[in-house]
Amino acid sequence: MGEAAVRAGCRYYFGYPITPQNEVPEYMSGRLLQVGGTFVQAESELASVNMVIGAAMAGARVMTSSSSPGVSLMQEGISYLAGLELPAVIANVVRGGPGLGNIAPAQSDYFQATRGGGHGDYRTIVLAPASCQELCDLTFKAFDLADKYRNPVMIMGDGMMGQMMEPVEFPELIDPADLPAKDWTITGAKDRPSRVILSLLLNPKVLEDHNFKLVRKYDAVTREETDWEEYMLEDARQVVVAYGTAARIAKGAIKRVREMGLKVGLLRPKTLWPFPDKPLKELTRVVRQLLVFEMSAGQMVEDVRLAVEGQAQVHLYGRPGGVIPTPDEVAHQISHYYYQAGLMDKDQPSGRLGGAA
Amino acid sequence: MKKVFEAPKSLKDNLFHYCPGCGHSIIHRLVAEVIDELGIQERTIGVPPAGCAVLAYNYFDVDTGEAPHGRALAVATGIKRVLADHVVFTYQGDGDIAAIGTAESIHAANRGEKVTAIFVNNGTYGMTGGQMAPTTLPGMGSTTTPGGRDVVRDGAPLDLTQMLAEAKGSVFLERVSVATPKGIRKAKKAIKKAFQVQLDGLGFALVEVLSPCPTNWKMDPVAAYEWTDKEMTKIFPVKVIKDITGYDKD
Repeated sequence: MGEAAVRAGCRYYFGYPITPQNEVPEYMSGRLLQVGGTFVQAESELASVNMVIGAAMAGARVMTSSSSPGVSLMQEGISYLAGLELPAVIANVVRGGPGLGNIAPAQSDYFQATRGGGHGDYRTIVLAPASCQELCDLTFKAFDLADKYRNPVMIMGDGMMGQMMEPVEFPELIDPADLPAKDWTITGAKDRPSRVILSLLLNPKVLEDHNFKLVRKYDAVTREETDWEEYMLEDARQVVVAYGTAARIAKGAIKRVREMGLKVGLLRPKTLWPFPDKPLKELTRVVRQLLVFEMSAGQMVEDVRLAVEGQAQVHLYGRPGGVIPTPDEVAHQISHYYYQAGLMDKDQPSGRLGGAA
Repeated sequence: MKKVFEAPKSLKDNLFHYCPGCGHSIIHRLVAEVIDELGIQERTIGVPPAGCAVLAYNYFDVDTGEAPHGRALAVATGIKRVLADHVVFTYQGDGDIAAIGTAESIHAANRGEKVTAIFVNNGTYGMTGGQMAPTTLPGMGSTTTPGGRDVVRDGAPLDLTQMLAEAKGSVFLERVSVATPKGIRKAKKAIKKAFQVQLDGLGFALVEVLSPCPTNWKMDPVAAYEWTDKEMTKIFPVKVIKDITGYDKD
């Protein structure tokens, strides 16, 4: 993630240590030195996200990273980034919560990430990589999206991805000087009138206009940037909906149940906001059963239910607290609901894997 | 006819919204005069706070970026780290810099961020209607200290500037007052020096300005200026708190 950020032209990183993502600031502290960038270890996540605000105002590609409790502290700044229309990248390597929780991989910050998290009417673009390669690719893309829409972009990983090692192919290094100039930054009023970047709009009508302007931007993001992966959907009678690490586990489970003849596929949101609700709705024309698997007590399941508008049964297999279920456990859930709904072929032998845990 | 007095170039031609007798108008003017005199308008970036001065961008004719409450020095850090050859100043009230933003202030000073902070101390939360500030004097009335500030119940006033003197990265810290014409002249000198420190790349500089708030103190302006001069200075004495600039004494 750190190297991908540098290659995307990010030369500024502000952060505060928290497990399980300390590898990112540690890497950035050295790497940014090599490329003439700046790393500041801030006194808190509050400070780091506000330093991000400052650097973004000055026109730089900038990022911070943290994990759940730290990202809670950043919510003030993320709301300001959205209100001030500043591009920035924030990575959340999610760990178990609420409270101090633990340092195990989790997906329990879905609501916080996709609902805004901070105060006010706004949206954060949320990307959910499921492999190291994708973590690299989506980090690179996050900077482009942030600049294109002048909006904060969050990368949602988890403790598993934070600690995983896989070979990765990196994109070419971008020189920040080659990036398109921004015409709204505050860089000193030389040969032009002074500029102001603000989110205080005291007149309700003016703020309403600003809010509607943001809504139009979010509509454009939804139209242009919604992204998902389809896996073995062609003949699927049941579809698992999962993202990130959970989706990788689900793929293993699907391979297993496919061997037994169960026709199961996967829809994996790559953007959590905007959420791929159209393809899900589309699916319900032929698929009547969805199983949402997430490493939380059940958060994304709400978006799935909203998306299918009652046109399919939506079951939940949620494992909170930093527990990582095995592909076998997920396969049990898949087959349980599969058989319960009588989705098997008539001549199919009863190869049940057992009931819901 | 020769023009002998005019508005600073670095102030926009807008009427101040501040209350009659408020110190902000004077302090704005001093900062703008200093920016003019140093010839840095084109490369100065201001960071206004949340509080009465939240609208400072309506007055300062320089690029400005609005910070969340208390975070001005973190935002200023971000700007300055990107634009090292620019001049970055924050303009913050006592609640902003010495309560909600205490951590950001101390650490910006400790890192020796090459920014200038203007800290307006009027002993009250003006914008929100006169609640107790970290700098409210003992016995002083506020809307959240029935019977006046009781140091046992409410804690004693916090001398943030003195605390910042301990930070190794702070280079110049001075407390001034705009309650008297003499004080205003000294205040301007201090503000100019605090900008010079930044121009010379020496480290963190801050000027604390004692400033009257007649509205929330429930005084007329004349009484408020007298009170600033006589009472506030007992707890917050006007003086150079730290100066390791090595500049010649003036």
